[in-house]
Amino acid sequence: MAKPTNVDPEVPQGVSPEKADTSLAASAAGGTVGWVDDRVPVSGFGRKALRKAFPDHWSFLLGEVALYSFIILLLTGVFLTIWFKPSMAEIEYEGTYALMRGIPMSEAFASTLEISFDIRGGLLIRQIHHWAAILFVAAMIAHMLRVFFTGAFRKPRELNWLIGVGLLQLGMIEGFAGYSLPDDLLSGTGLRFVDGLIRSIPIVGTWAEFFIFGGEFPGELVIPRLYMVHILLIPGLLLALVSAHMALLVYHKHTHFPGPGRKQTNVVGQALFPVYAAKAGGFFFIVFGVTILMGALMQINPVWLYGPYNPAQVTAGSQPDWYMGFVEGAIRIIPNWEWHLLGTTWSWNIALPGLGLMGLFAILPAIYPFVEAWITGDKSEHHILDFPRNAPNRTAFGVAAMTCYGLFWLSGGNDILATQFGVSLNQVTEVMRVLVFAGPVIAFIVTKRICLSLQRRDHERVLHGSSSGVIVRQPDGGYSEAHAPITTEEAFTLTQHHEPAALEVAPETDDRGVRRRGGKQVGSLRARLSRWFAHGRIAKPTAEEIAEAAHHGDHELEEGDVHELPTEEEAATH
Amino acid sequence: MSLDTSHDHSHVNAPDHPVPDPGLHEEERYTDADERAGARAYRQVVGILAAIPVLAIAFVVAYFAIPIDATLHIFGATMKANHLLLGLTLGLGVLAIGVALIHWSRTIMGDEEVVEYRHSAASPADSREEAAEKWAIGVEQSGIGRRKLLGTGLAGGVGIMLVPAVVLLADMGPWPTAEERKKTIEKTIWAPGVPIVNDVNQVPLRASDIAVGQLINAQPATLFELHGAEFQTEKAKSSLIVVRMELNSIRIPTSRQDWHVDGILAYSKICTHVGCPISLWEQQTHHLLCPCHQSTFDLGNSGVVVFGPAARSLPQLPITTDAQGYLIARSDFTVPVGPSYFERNSENDFKEGDD
Repeated sequence: MAKPTNVDPEVPQGVSPEKADTSLAASAAGGTVGWVDDRVPVSGFGRKALRKAFPDHWSFLLGEVALYSFIILLLTGVFLTIWFKPSMAEIEYEGTYALMRGIPMSEAFASTLEISFDIRGGLLIRQIHHWAAILFVAAMIAHMLRVFFTGAFRKPRELNWLIGVGLLQLGMIEGFAGYSLPDDLLSGTGLRFVDGLIRSIPIVGTWAEFFIFGGEFPGELVIPRLYMVHILLIPGLLLALVSAHMALLVYHKHTHFPGPGRKQTNVVGQALFPVYAAKAGGFFFIVFGVTILMGALMQINPVWLYGPYNPAQVTAGSQPDWYMGFVEGAIRIIPNWEWHLLGTTWSWNIALPGLGLMGLFAILPAIYPFVEAWITGDKSEHHILDFPRNAPNRTAFGVAAMTCYGLFWLSGGNDILATQFGVSLNQVTEVMRVLVFAGPVIAFIVTKRICLSLQRRDHERVLHGSSSGVIVRQPDGGYSEAHAPITTEEAFTLTQHHEPAALEVAPETDDRGVRRRGGKQVGSLRARLSRWFAHGRIAKPTAEEIAEAAHHGDHELEEGDVHELPTEEEAATH
Repeated sequence: MSLDTSHDHSHVNAPDHPVPDPGLHEEERYTDADERAGARAYRQVVGILAAIPVLAIAFVVAYFAIPIDATLHIFGATMKANHLLLGLTLGLGVLAIGVALIHWSRTIMGDEEVVEYRHSAASPADSREEAAEKWAIGVEQSGIGRRKLLGTGLAGGVGIMLVPAVVLLADMGPWPTAEERKKTIEKTIWAPGVPIVNDVNQVPLRASDIAVGQLINAQPATLFELHGAEFQTEKAKSSLIVVRMELNSIRIPTSRQDWHVDGILAYSKICTHVGCPISLWEQQTHHLLCPCHQSTFDLGNSGVVVFGPAARSLPQLPITTDAQGYLIARSDFTVPVGPSYFERNSENDFKEGDD
């Protein structure tokens, strides 16, 4: 339906039904939209969705980076499948890369060389694909840390957190399968390592090895099989889980950071159409553009320098892609524990750091929301995020876990550390064996102290304002700094958080002295944990204290006194 | 709409705000406050959008005009011209779309926030009841309530069909029975009399040509008759390290007195940890270090582990010479080479203190 070019100024708009139909909205509804809407209720969806609110914060973009790099991987991956031959059949290379002519290699490696040297744009797409894969896992982990430290995993979002944990695990396997495909020296070395890892599984390891490789390592089946895993099985699962992740995000509506007007009962942000759509859509192109530029300018995985896989060769300084580094580190620093029992071999030196650590990496995040909810007894919904400092034990636990991960990851480059810093490789290894346990403990304590200090700072800002930088000299010669009051908006933001009470051990009998059914509701261990979790904080100032401080502040400069902050113990008893 | 959604009312968060919520507040944006700034932002967005077609055309020109093997020399680096220009034009073009959209949204689109009310994630109580009722009606209609074997039979039938599904995968690989293992992972192509040849040029190794301190990567001569997967699979097990050490500087156990030729010893090159080819040789200490995980073996002491995550000594290959003085194997390895596996009997491996 065409829009009229002239509107009679004499006729008031929107009075007659005919005229109302000629408005822009009606014309859209009657055109293509109308045609579709007659068949699919797009208007009903659009009515709700078009002005949906999306809160704005830079840290909310981390998940978007993960989503966008996944889309980039799908797009570039399709291009690569046009040329890649997932075959371990041996051929003699006769392509354009002169240095390898005449060398026997697998078709997989030869076709990777062809993509890199003979297909226009092939090297570019290959490098974008690899950079995007590295970015994909990095963004997922960064996003997961944001969700963890702000408490966004709490009810009702626990299921979406679990989906996220699954996405991360699948993403890592997907990445590993991908970098095994070119069948170059580095990827073959990675596969050799995985063969050793699979073999080490107690009892069923050899069977798993023979089934995965179709017999002995390397055989001729593993690359075609990994190809299926890499381009069909895992991308399919990822796509399904990403869809579920997004659907739950839309259903729950996004969390928001505390601030004026931000409530548990509302969501404040930019409307989906047009602002959020433009920002998120624009951000997709920025992520895509940056990965293209990385693919253009930053060399990654130059397989032609490594050569085809040769089981008798390895490069010193071989490293997996970064996200497997923590497993690599654990494998490197573990003592050589192996049991030889009754004609069997139990390789704890491989199974523990490999499967055990990867298992922990999946299980710990998966159970954390439920453990915290059990400790706090919190069954309410949470839509306002925590500032990490206001949940010191959670934040300290998260930083301890990051520290542990980081130290294992560094151990994965113990040889590089030794050569770069000119220290003994053996000592680096020995020190790391201690640090992976001691580091997290230190990190926990330090982080908790920092959180409490930040809480004290908040406390002081709310009561006494911010430092003005103006030093005032008193008539009696003393000096003090004048404090400027903070805005009401900031004062609200710093004091809006909820301070849940600790769980108490439920009495075994009720008010009338009758024994409760079902035993104790809250055991003493749970109550003790709950007390520890709830009391590790500086109580926020009460309304009376704020009023008192405001009144007092009028005289502060004259009196020039110093405010003592409550100690942690005093504050906790408020 | 309230958020009184919890079914456990004891834990609903009561707002506890010592400072009352001052409510949303908006600040005027510079491009709204200053008309010229607004006009400038508009020109900038249009300017960036105008660059996109230019970059797209440049991409097409670069694709067809620059030969794929042309190179550029920039800052001392050699780059593929085709690759570089395709990447730069495509990357900057795509980036321009994003920058234009975000600049537009931040400076020109209205920046007022919208407020939406949340609903509880849970279904309302009456929905739950209604769903439960409908479920009960369905169960009743199905007849499963009265004829209980229907449910058991269905669950059992579907469950048992998992067995054929799993059995279908039984041919994914040969079964590593004791017999199969003896033919595969517990055997290499080394055998009595097999010549030891250089890994690279396949020249047979003569004992008299090997100097003290020298390390040579070697293979069985028979390996080079194989091709493709068979070649790779055998090479992954048969790869050998041949070293010559001063006899009085190393320890040779009584049981291995006839495994060497005047201080020339042969060890498996495949690490007993996860199977990397070990390659870094310390001539003076006789240590051999694996570059993958830094397991270190003492070749002057029957290959025992001196450092790192490997738990077992490197298997040693018994060698001798033929009539012309060339090195040959006396047998296969006496224990399986490579990484551990569950059924491996590791009691026969050489341990520190064995003789």
